[in-house]
Amino acid sequence: MGLEISLNLTVAWAFLLATAIFIYVLLDGFDLGLGILYPFFPQKRDRDLLMNSVAPVWDGNETWLVLGGGGLFAAFPLAYSILMPALYAPVIAMLLALVFRGVAFEFRWRTVRWRAAWDWAFIGGSTMAALCQGIILGAILQGVAVDGRSYGGGWLDWLSPFSAVTGVAVVCGYALLGATWLNMKLMGEPQEKARSLAWGFALATVAFIVIVSLFTPYLEAGYYDRWFRWPNVIYAAPVPIVVGLLTLFLFRALHVHQHDKWPFLLALALFLVTFIGLGISIWPYVIPTEVTIYDAASPYKSQLFMFVGAVVLIPIILAYTAYSYWVFRGKLDPDKGGYH
Amino acid sequence: MFENVDAVMLARIQFGFTIAFHFVFPAFTIGLSSFLAVLNGMWLWTRDDAYLQLWKFWVKIFAVAFAMGVVSGITMSYQFGTNWAVFSDKTGPVLGPLMAYEVLTAFFLEAGFLGIMLFGRERVGDTLHMIACLMVAVGTAISASWILSVNSWMHTPAGYSIAENGQFVPEDWWAIIFNPSFLPRFAHTLTAAYLTTAFIVGGVGAYHLLKGRAGNKSVATMFSMAMWMAALVAPVQIFLGDAHGLNTLEHQPMKIAAMEGHYPDYPDGAPLFLFGIPNEEEGRMDYAVSIPKLSSLILKHDLDAPLDGLNSVPREDRPPVAIPFFAFRVMVAMGFLMLGIGAWSLWSRYRGTLYTNRWLHRAAVVMAPSGLIAVLAGWMTTEVGRQPYTVYNVLRTVDSVSPVAAPAVGASLLAYIVIYFIVFGAGVFYILRLMGKTPTPRDKGVSKEDGPIRTAGITPAAQVAGPGNLPVE
Repeated sequence: MGLEISLNLTVAWAFLLATAIFIYVLLDGFDLGLGILYPFFPQKRDRDLLMNSVAPVWDGNETWLVLGGGGLFAAFPLAYSILMPALYAPVIAMLLALVFRGVAFEFRWRTVRWRAAWDWAFIGGSTMAALCQGIILGAILQGVAVDGRSYGGGWLDWLSPFSAVTGVAVVCGYALLGATWLNMKLMGEPQEKARSLAWGFALATVAFIVIVSLFTPYLEAGYYDRWFRWPNVIYAAPVPIVVGLLTLFLFRALHVHQHDKWPFLLALALFLVTFIGLGISIWPYVIPTEVTIYDAASPYKSQLFMFVGAVVLIPIILAYTAYSYWVFRGKLDPDKGGYH
Repeated sequence: MFENVDAVMLARIQFGFTIAFHFVFPAFTIGLSSFLAVLNGMWLWTRDDAYLQLWKFWVKIFAVAFAMGVVSGITMSYQFGTNWAVFSDKTGPVLGPLMAYEVLTAFFLEAGFLGIMLFGRERVGDTLHMIACLMVAVGTAISASWILSVNSWMHTPAGYSIAENGQFVPEDWWAIIFNPSFLPRFAHTLTAAYLTTAFIVGGVGAYHLLKGRAGNKSVATMFSMAMWMAALVAPVQIFLGDAHGLNTLEHQPMKIAAMEGHYPDYPDGAPLFLFGIPNEEEGRMDYAVSIPKLSSLILKHDLDAPLDGLNSVPREDRPPVAIPFFAFRVMVAMGFLMLGIGAWSLWSRYRGTLYTNRWLHRAAVVMAPSGLIAVLAGWMTTEVGRQPYTVYNVLRTVDSVSPVAAPAVGASLLAYIVIYFIVFGAGVFYILRLMGKTPTPRDKGVSKEDGPIRTAGITPAAQVAGPGNLPVE
């Protein structure tokens, strides 16, 4: 009885944490995307608009990253303590990149002389953070050496052609999210530019999804079985089919100018499906083929104590986060400035 | 001198460096968010423009400081894993949930309402905007309570058992959260944050008074409010500090011995060292200047009470002495100087010279960073005093680190140092420049040296592309 409940709670935590990470990827994804797109908008006026479109919410977006890390520490401490040393360099590079881009939100308004430097901090920080997140994803997928209760590999194990590809893939994916967000929030000429950028990054993103999907099953025997062995293929097959359909809808929506919100929503859906695909590959491992969620789980009392709080508080958080987005809804009008 | 610089030492330096940088910002923004909420409330109540003017002046500074606190805090939240993996594995079941609650109850609250507080005044109306200001202020205080619960548990662990795999297992959450040193530490630290802000605000107010802006009502108001805080809270803080010290004596006597510089046992009353150089090799204070029996009087309220010294425990169980000894003295000195400023301001107020006493204003400017200095000194005292343990008497620091080689830790430490000095150096420069501007009744257009004036983030409509308002590119 006790064991059964504890198993269920562990599964619930795995889903909760996956959800938190996914929300992070969506929310910080599009605002990191704006930094990646900055070079395509050289004019100060456009850059002001880009930044203003997320200034009230970026801090909340990034908080999901803290929940992801904190949640892993709390619910699966063994996984946290193995993964962080294994991913030492990309994690620290990501954090320092986020330092640069986070302060750029404030600093670039505080100086004229150094504005260009903080614009570059925003570009470099956003791109680097996205790249590192992609590398981290690839490094986890390709497997991490475990020795007892700690990391047992070398300091550059995370670096491989595969993780480099997933790194660039995430940069393109975030740029797609950012471009479709701008297509929704802007008007006139900058919106046209965002839309054309969305085309390019959508193509790149889909190409990377195909490449990564083709490579992933060959990283570990377990992945291959999961995707291609009967009867799993029945459950797995809808994933690529849905990716294909979403891609078609996305290009269609980018083509039809009136539906400014649809490209963003479809890009989010594309992320959701690929995220589910990743889940299918990994489950029930938290460190593929080495540590399962059950191995890494905190004691029942720890998971329960937090679960009660999470179940009560996360809906409240989602409610006031949604309210904040609602307050700052609508398009930024370059002729009127700010929100209107 | 580098023979002791191994991966453990580098990881400690990295943690100390990054947390010291981080700590400065919340210590300031906890108090400032409350100050802003009070100012906003006063404005709504009285509709006196001076309060709104002050709110607009300080909210820009708050936004810059808060951004730096956020980004430096995110690095902290991952550092447990990167550099202290064994600690994370073992304490995760106990400390992880507390940190998760910090995120769920505080970080999201601050972040969710920050946007509305900074940019939403015109969009949500007075009531909701006031609520947003309150939520941000409350969020910072809740955040402090969780993080101090975590920190206190590392000093005075309670409510746990230890599993076969070496993990701490929670047994009683109430005992874990309200562990024996939590309440005195929380009260002492939260009050320190409010005092820190009071002295920064007071210093800025005094600076503008010295520049001859006493006629500007908001300048006079901020100086007066800050001096009230100093006068009322500094004595409370000294009382809370004493209570915290007694609590430490009860639970971590060797930390007190290190703070006091007590090496031998003092069976019939211990002296208070006013100065001395700790001699770790010989186990005594060199060049000591001391007052006999005063330490026993302060700590035990009895001249002849016995106190045990560091030599009573094996060398490998002793904390290092120099840092707690000197840092503690710096903190206490700051506390009494603050008390002095508070009393002086009361006297000046009574004499009717609060806004004209230039020596008081000069002193207030000099004392502006005193809270930050005291906070950092106090933190060094308590954290170095916990050594050689991460979880006091249970888990040693040397047994807590990640299996990361020294060069990797050293390289990342170097990266942190370089980037933090560049980024936060610039941020402090911008904050100082904002502090130096005269609070004005209305934000007037665009000035060349400051870029577009905005309510810290969203450029007001007129400034983004309003006719004639674009700054020269």
